[in-house]
Amino acid sequence: MSVATADPNTRTFDPTVYHVKKSAEGVALDIKDFNLWYGHAQALHGINMEIQKGEVTALIGPSGCGKSTLLRCLNRMNDLIDELSIDGSIMVDDFDIYGPGVDVIALRKRMGMVFQKPNPFAMSIYDNVVYPLRVDGITRKSILDETCERALRSAALWDEVKDRLKESALGMSGGQQQRLCIARGIASDPEVLLMDEPCSALDPIATAKIEDLIADLKGHYTIVIVTHNMQQAARVSDNTGFMYLGRLIEYGHTDTIFTNPKKKQTLDYVTGRFG
Amino acid sequence: MDENANLSQAERALERQREVPASGGAGAAGVSARETPPKTGRRVRTYTADISAVGEPALWAFGGALALGIILIAGFLAMIAWNGFTTFWPKPIAQVELRDGTTIAGEPTRGGTYRPGESVLAQLNDQQRAEIEAELGFAERTLYKTANFDIYGDDFRWVSDFEVAEITYPADMHLFQRQQWGDFVGRVAGLVIAGEEVPFDYDLMQREQSEARRRFNEIRNIERNEIGALNHYIERERLNIRRAELRHGAESERGAELIAQSRERIAEYQAQFADLQARVNEIRANDRNYRVTLEEVNGETRETELSQIVRFYPANDLTTLDKTGIYFSRWWEFVSTEPREANTQGGVLPAIFGTVAMTLLMVIFVAPFGVITALYLREYAKQGRITSIVRISVNNLAGVPSIVYGVFGLGFFAYAMGGTIDQLFYPEALPNPTFGKGGILWASLTLALLTVPVVIVASEEALAAVPRSMREGSLACGASKWQTIRYVVLPKAMPGIMTGMILAMARGAGEVAPLMLVGVVKLAPALPIDGFYPFIHLDRSFMHLGFHIFDVGFQSRNSEAGKPMVFVTTLLLLALIVTMNATAITVRNRLKRKYAGSQF
Ligand SMILES: Nc1ncnc2c1ncn2[C@@H]1O[C@H](COP(=O)(O)OP(=O)(O)OP(=O)(O)O)[C@@H](O)[C@H]1O
Ligand SMILES: [Mg+2]
Repeated sequence: MSVATADPNTRTFDPTVYHVKKSAEGVALDIKDFNLWYGHAQALHGINMEIQKGEVTALIGPSGCGKSTLLRCLNRMNDLIDELSIDGSIMVDDFDIYGPGVDVIALRKRMGMVFQKPNPFAMSIYDNVVYPLRVDGITRKSILDETCERALRSAALWDEVKDRLKESALGMSGGQQQRLCIARGIASDPEVLLMDEPCSALDPIATAKIEDLIADLKGHYTIVIVTHNMQQAARVSDNTGFMYLGRLIEYGHTDTIFTNPKKKQTLDYVTGRFG
Repeated sequence: MDENANLSQAERALERQREVPASGGAGAAGVSARETPPKTGRRVRTYTADISAVGEPALWAFGGALALGIILIAGFLAMIAWNGFTTFWPKPIAQVELRDGTTIAGEPTRGGTYRPGESVLAQLNDQQRAEIEAELGFAERTLYKTANFDIYGDDFRWVSDFEVAEITYPADMHLFQRQQWGDFVGRVAGLVIAGEEVPFDYDLMQREQSEARRRFNEIRNIERNEIGALNHYIERERLNIRRAELRHGAESERGAELIAQSRERIAEYQAQFADLQARVNEIRANDRNYRVTLEEVNGETRETELSQIVRFYPANDLTTLDKTGIYFSRWWEFVSTEPREANTQGGVLPAIFGTVAMTLLMVIFVAPFGVITALYLREYAKQGRITSIVRISVNNLAGVPSIVYGVFGLGFFAYAMGGTIDQLFYPEALPNPTFGKGGILWASLTLALLTVPVVIVASEEALAAVPRSMREGSLACGASKWQTIRYVVLPKAMPGIMTGMILAMARGAGEVAPLMLVGVVKLAPALPIDGFYPFIHLDRSFMHLGFHIFDVGFQSRNSEAGKPMVFVTTLLLLALIVTMNATAITVRNRLKRKYAGSQF
């Protein structure tokens, strides 16, 4: 793995358009020249991206363009996949998360993640929510109870499940399960929240609640959200990155991306004229 | 090809037309259009197509195969249940006068047809011979359980119908089940109560017999438990002496002291032993004042203590209520007492106990071993050629004949491991082996080895079925791999693992062949769990229902007498296995329900 040194402006191929000002301050995750291969198929091509602290960053793009792959790289979820190779670096606080000697578990504890498909565990609702605390070794019941309620309230689920916290989480509806996973993702108060299409299984009301939640969390947490919903991206995010075929085509302030993109592909995509 | 298809279609259409000339609009389009005006739309389903294309014959074959399987299993179960459940029902005693003037008495057990030989025919009169010839040379016969083995030298006798002069069912015929020598069929010729002859009275005898049985059990209790305990202690002191000799030497001061102590204690125990013996003798002397004289149908008699009679009843003079009582009391005796008479009589309690204990022990061994192996193979090992070889080998292990495991268990567990344990920890008992012979520990380990492939395969499948997304969810929360397995993967896979365990248990509980090599015996002197320290004696040999069936039915002095017991024991073994499995399945279903639910 080589630490990226190339200045994006000097590279000849794939000139990504950046609107976000590069700054040493306030960068939560600094992705530098990141490439990724599944076996021999390259899924990410030279991604350069700075994710700002305390802001909401949306990733948009057509299906299969590598949004989930990129997101999963941020907390090294892709480690589980055999035959995966990467190149480049992702910096968090001056250390490369793909560098040698990185404590992956400690890294993941700093990041909550909500997956594309709900994946509650085969345990009670309560145990699901406090799972991140339990694996951290927290056993004080008062702390767990309090966390459980706070996380479930944030995920707009508390009122629905407060009477059945001891029941199995697998008996909930798909949308409830997804909100449960969101609650789990924020239960341990992570610095970064990675959300992969968190609202794809939710009805408009729940979606609105999740968007409210994101708005509330903004400022405290750094949020990266993958979404197919343009309006949602426009509503909740500060910055937006548009990806296409494994490349980051354009990355900038959400207003700019949606109203005044520099690239035709981006314009076509955000206006729905994508062909 | 195409043309042919078209042709046959057309032909079929014609045929249909011919078959249903009156069906009007239902006819097909095409060739027949001339006669019936075409309707809008085409008929999609045709029933005249080649029926193999519809799949109906295959359906019949599958259904038939299933039905056949069910019938076979149901028939098999029905046979065992019928034979098993009827065994203990009291049967009447027939008194048969034979044409040659002799008389026999016994329970008719079963009948049959046979072809009498020339020499038999030669002794018959003309009328009998004519009767047999009318049946094309066949004659009917009945097997009577005459009992009285001590008088006749046999328990059963075939009687051909042509030999019989008259059959009666006298009300004073009794069946006596004796502690020794098996059953007795006959009458009471004399009764001695408290040393005085009294006339026979059924109720009186019943009362006195229960009293006598109480004395009998008291004697046995003393001999078994109290004297048994003393023997146990004396043996322990003997071993202590031997150990002191081995460790300190008999001459050394410490050794001499220990030996002296042990000797003293042995003397103490022997004094107690004498006391107990005296008490037993006293009861026994009293017991000898209660006697009964039994008389078989031809007048020969046997005198015995009343306490030797386990049960007696007037077989031909019973109400249905009496019979029901006897029936259940015999069942109770069967499941709650020890065997008598080379296992053909009495109960099977030690065998039930041995079977359950061995199976549970096996599960205790096989569960962690199988699950840990599966966890390693599935979760930790790098999936490659070596893991597939291991996996294939494990699968093949399931096909190794079980007796091979028995040989391995005897050679490796009992002789190699057990022998070493004996040398290290029980040198004082040598040359008598403690662990260096078959025992319940080695038997359950052997069975654990035999069933571990089942558990591994089922556990691996259950682990593989845990969705990757769940593991990812856990890892994303910052859980380590072990935490993920422990809290997320294992609970989710538990029902599947339990299924494997149930299969293993069912297989293990029914296995007999390897056990014969590693610890099952015909008659175990003591249970593997008792009141003496250390309470659980894993080195002891034990009895097993499966082996009991084999032994009673095919190895006993009189296999005809054992036959009914074979069915009863089989029934019991089946019931036991079903109970154990049902318990496990209930536990599994409870687990499953706990985590039940749909994904969406
Ligand atoms: N485990 C994997 N092994 C091999 N190829 C993969 C794997 N996961 C994803 N890919 C490939 O990588 C590419 C990017 O996939 P990714 O899941 O990141 O897309 P996405 O942008 O999240 O799409 P969607 O919006 O449909 O979720 C796709 O071409 C996909 O086929
Ligand atoms: Mg995706």
